[in-house]
Amino acid sequence: MTAVPQPALSTDAAPVRPTPVPPLAMLAELTHRCPLACPYCSNPLELSARDSELTTAEWAEVFRQAVALGVLQLHISGGEPASRSDLVAIVAAARDAGLYTNLITSGIGLTGARLDELDAAGLDHVQLSVQGITAGIADFVGGYRGGFDRKMQVAAEIARIGFPLTLNAVMHRHNLGDLAQTIALAHRLGARRIEIACVQFQGWALKNRAALQPTREQVDQAKRVVAQARRDYAGKLAIDFVPPDYFADFPKACMNGWGSTGLNVTPDGTVLPCHAAATIPGLSFDNVRTTPLAQIWNESAAFNAFRGTDWLPEPCQSCERRDIDYGGCRCQAMAIAGDARATDPVCRHSPHRARLDAIIAAESSAPPPDFVYRRMGRA
Amino acid sequence: MTGALTPLDRPFLPRGVRLHHDRVRGVEVLLGPETALMLDPVGHAVLAEVDGTRDIASISAALADRYAAPVEVIQADVIEFLGNMAAQRLVEVA
Ligand code: SF4
Ligand code: SF4
Repeated sequence: MTAVPQPALSTDAAPVRPTPVPPLAMLAELTHRCPLACPYCSNPLELSARDSELTTAEWAEVFRQAVALGVLQLHISGGEPASRSDLVAIVAAARDAGLYTNLITSGIGLTGARLDELDAAGLDHVQLSVQGITAGIADFVGGYRGGFDRKMQVAAEIARIGFPLTLNAVMHRHNLGDLAQTIALAHRLGARRIEIACVQFQGWALKNRAALQPTREQVDQAKRVVAQARRDYAGKLAIDFVPPDYFADFPKACMNGWGSTGLNVTPDGTVLPCHAAATIPGLSFDNVRTTPLAQIWNESAAFNAFRGTDWLPEPCQSCERRDIDYGGCRCQAMAIAGDARATDPVCRHSPHRARLDAIIAAESSAPPPDFVYRRMGRA
Repeated sequence: MTGALTPLDRPFLPRGVRLHHDRVRGVEVLLGPETALMLDPVGHAVLAEVDGTRDIASISAALADRYAAPVEVIQADVIEFLGNMAAQRLVEVA
């Protein structure tokens, strides 16, 4: 057993609040260590040190609690999860607990032998990130020389074993022009799906926004490329495209709604409603080392802070899209409007939309500044 | 793999897609990459027959037998249901 305590009966009068719907998915960030240094990394600027990471046994206990709570799918991520020497044991523990297990990796740190072990441990699916279509651009973006060639070797091993593969391509100003070739690369590597995600400005990406901000022509062109590729690859490659929300009229339903579908566990066991939740002042987050996961999901102030739609301000409260996007992203409202409770500034109805348009205009008309690479102690 | 399925197609669940009993919600689920599809009893009955060896005609015959329903009706439903699954690459055919 581990330090994770069992649920205790509370003697306090319970607040009248219906029990939340159980989560479907959990993101387990095993470590913040990563050989790469992508300037758009969604990790926080404050990276956790190795000695604070949950142990194998602690993760196994978290997985059991997650299944008991209703989680079906586990996304194992980081940092680079392969930087954990106990990755195979962690995957085995997740499968033992009954989770569908997806590994999100840059590929660096995986070998054919290690992938064979992950296969034996029951890994269900692999998501391989690509930083670019050639060594030149990929290694520049990832800040890691030789990364692209290693990744291509890993992709060949993934295909040899037959893991179902999704290619993750994060797109931005420096590589949006290569979108068609990126999709072709996914097909060539035997991927069943490609997830094309235009950079979301959170974490390190927010710090590097001016260097990553695409131009409007790039975005329009990307939409045409995706539409054409969906016809060309129909039945062969599923194409998910997340357009950049700064260029959209309405925000996305961040996390499908706060505290509705998923939760993130950080390397040290802190449980977050979303990646960037820690940027919201005034929220405090519980840790699986001291609080049972079910209690965190059902009762914690952080998960209840923006759950549902009752708390939403106008114009959201009376908007027909209220139950579609739940007012958008809290962290974006914080970052742009300076108020986590505000309507997402992406929205055409937000009084802060003009600020976003000014940011786009200024950033996409200036030459991109140098990257601030994501490195420990570099924020 | 576009176009409608035929009675002679042999469906199978590709690697990375599997049925799962969700004890918390008390339902059967089809799990796949980025997918957790809650199945109704009919959907589950069809997918439970998908074994990669039998074709749609014999799966439909088995279901028609079990539910005492006309095989033509069942087969049309099975083709439509599995066709939808195939379009999402949750089912493949040989
Ligand atoms: S985005 Fe890049 S730096 Fe961040 S964890 Fe992934 S591979 Fe590492
Ligand atoms: S007003 Fe609020 S609910 Fe309506 S579209 Fe904008 S963000 Fe969404």
